[in-house]
Amino acid sequence: MSERPERLAVLKTYKLFVGGKFPRSESGRVYEVTDSKGRLLANAPLASRKDARDAVGAARKAFGGWSGATAYNRGQVLYRVAEMLEGRREQFTAEVAAGSGISRAKAAAEVDAAIDRWVWYAGWSDKIAQVAGGANPVAGPFFNLSTPEPTGVVAVLAPQDSALLGLVSVVAPAIVTGNTVVVAANEKAPLPALSLAEVLATSDVPGGVVNVLSGRTAELGAPLAAHQDVNAIDLAGADAELAKELQIAAADNLKRVVRPRAERWTTDPGTDRMLAFLETKTVWHPTGSLGASGSAY
Amino acid sequence: MGFDYAPAPESRAIVDIAPSYGLFIDGEFREAADGKVFKTVAPATEEVLSEVAQAGEEDVDAAVAAARRAFASWSALPGAERGKYLFRIARVLQERSRELAVLETLDNGKPIKETRDVDLPQVAAHFFYYAGWADKLAHAGYGPSPRPLGVAGQVIPWNFPLLMLAWKIAPALATGNTVVLKPAETTPLSALFFADVCRRAGLPKGVVNIVTGDGRTGAALVAHPDVNKVAFTGSTGVGKQIARTVAGTSKKLTLELGGKGANIVFDDAPVDQAVEGIVNGIFFNQGQVCCAGSRLLVQESVRDEVLDALKRRLGTLRLGDPLDKNTDIGAINSAEQLARITALAETGEAEGAERWSPACELPSSGYWFAPTLFTGVSQAHTIARDEIFGPVLSVLTFRTPDEAVAKANNTPYGLSAGIWTEKGSRILAMASKLRAGVVWANTFNKFDPTSPFGGYKESGFGREGGRHGLEAYLDV
Repeated sequence: MSERPERLAVLKTYKLFVGGKFPRSESGRVYEVTDSKGRLLANAPLASRKDARDAVGAARKAFGGWSGATAYNRGQVLYRVAEMLEGRREQFTAEVAAGSGISRAKAAAEVDAAIDRWVWYAGWSDKIAQVAGGANPVAGPFFNLSTPEPTGVVAVLAPQDSALLGLVSVVAPAIVTGNTVVVAANEKAPLPALSLAEVLATSDVPGGVVNVLSGRTAELGAPLAAHQDVNAIDLAGADAELAKELQIAAADNLKRVVRPRAERWTTDPGTDRMLAFLETKTVWHPTGSLGASGSAY
Repeated sequence: MGFDYAPAPESRAIVDIAPSYGLFIDGEFREAADGKVFKTVAPATEEVLSEVAQAGEEDVDAAVAAARRAFASWSALPGAERGKYLFRIARVLQERSRELAVLETLDNGKPIKETRDVDLPQVAAHFFYYAGWADKLAHAGYGPSPRPLGVAGQVIPWNFPLLMLAWKIAPALATGNTVVLKPAETTPLSALFFADVCRRAGLPKGVVNIVTGDGRTGAALVAHPDVNKVAFTGSTGVGKQIARTVAGTSKKLTLELGGKGANIVFDDAPVDQAVEGIVNGIFFNQGQVCCAGSRLLVQESVRDEVLDALKRRLGTLRLGDPLDKNTDIGAINSAEQLARITALAETGEAEGAERWSPACELPSSGYWFAPTLFTGVSQAHTIARDEIFGPVLSVLTFRTPDEAVAKANNTPYGLSAGIWTEKGSRILAMASKLRAGVVWANTFNKFDPTSPFGGYKESGFGREGGRHGLEAYLDV
């Protein structure tokens, strides 16, 4: 009997994640993703302007349902993401190690931190309104309440220095409050982002809430920053020159902008990134009186 | 039944307007470096009130430098001491409130009833409110020791000159910033009087600097490299330009811009109260209000009833001398603004909407526009989409709450909205679906220093007022 040949591994075709589906780029383009030594890891879709616009459409479509879900429900869904990710620690550790050129131990620590970050933000879903909103003691007979509400569709340029933890640290704070997101993955190491899409797809995150594009950050950033149906943009993954250019484009419909800044993704994230994509709505109503005349105005 | 009123003018003797004013820089009034001046007129009479310095780049530079020099010691003061200066300012404003109300009415054209009962009380209250924050910043939810940003460049509009100044300066100073403020070209006087209030309150020199001028002065201030914070209230067009100017810098930006507020009246609303709210919503300050309820959305079944009551009410509004205590509708702020309102109203007619105004005699001099309704307005009409910033109401109808929400949100703006209904659950459902920063239910155009104010979408970003208003001036 002859020896069985070594089993040939089944490689994954990495795809975009738009509207809960996994399409290839409409452009048909891909680019080679390599490890730090230049060895081919996979072909990733090289998403186009059209893909970006499709993703914005999907994010807009998902906004009503996701922002209208209860905070408790969104918290449950984000926690589910952590659970699913925990089950795929090995895969993500390998992808992060290869893509980012770091040791397995360091990659494992990043994956663990990313899982824990989902848990941190999951818990914020039904607390941020109590921290960021509240009753205002106006000088008159009025009930007056300020409540934070999600801004809408948020474009995110994922950080270039941290393929998974950085990504989670910019996507989770945007969606936990009810925004929907189009994220351009880390340009050189997009595979963890594309794999995270598979986790999101199996975590009860409604289709379109997170849309993941891989490709050139500058090429995707331009149409996202200029898109009139995008409400905000996180420029974490843009360099200074690109950030300036995109801020100018973003001014056309007055997007809320988070500028790039030096970040340490391993530290306590605080509430900044949640607050950046929240609007404060203040509602007034007369309190009137309960006089015999019956009028409350 | 008609009412006749004898004239009841507020005396203008209470205010002493100098023939000319300089820029307020580093605690002193000084002429512009190039000696340029411009005139400010009373819009009700076209009388020249005073001549004011036109600040150029050199003057803006001097003002920013003065603010920078003052920043180190001002920001290092214990919060309690900074707060005490603000309390002093609040008190001086209260003491001089009638004088400032008359001044504001003269320079702006709005009725004395409004400056006396709304603008000035709110101005003092705003300083009083933020004074109390100065030594409590560690408890505001922005970390244990939030830091000021530095020099704030602030550009304000002409519709509430002194109140917008208060919204800008009070939180900036409470948090330890120093400011250079540019008042609007057509309403510079109350800011210059405020400079005197600062001096009388003993405020250290350079903490507040006032540079008067036109859009060029504002542009120079916003673009100045040593400004750390830009705050602007005004048109959406200029707001976008400012956002482009600060792109690529570390300047923190907040913008409070235009609006096209929907005032939504359901069939169960008490009609008389709703009518008062509609009138207040669009004719308060001649409709020159960014959060005006300039689109009336009335449920189809009560359209005629509401419109009849509204027209009756408009017939009783008194338009005329802004200094008269019985005046409801004052002058439009400038010839330029009057031309804009006139042109948009003409566009409304040209596009097929039906125009109506009560019988209303306009004074022969000054800038005046009669309260105006347009019916038969569709969402595609210019007057349903563009901010008119004048006493012009566009009336649209709806059948279902969903349709009301869709129409109300069908605008790039998102500043204000109104809801009139007796049904509590409907108020809350509507309030949660309207994409607007301020929602008034069974009331309209209410303001308070404790209540955050600001827009969604192209109405700008950031909030003024309340705890939220501190964030714009802190390094967080």
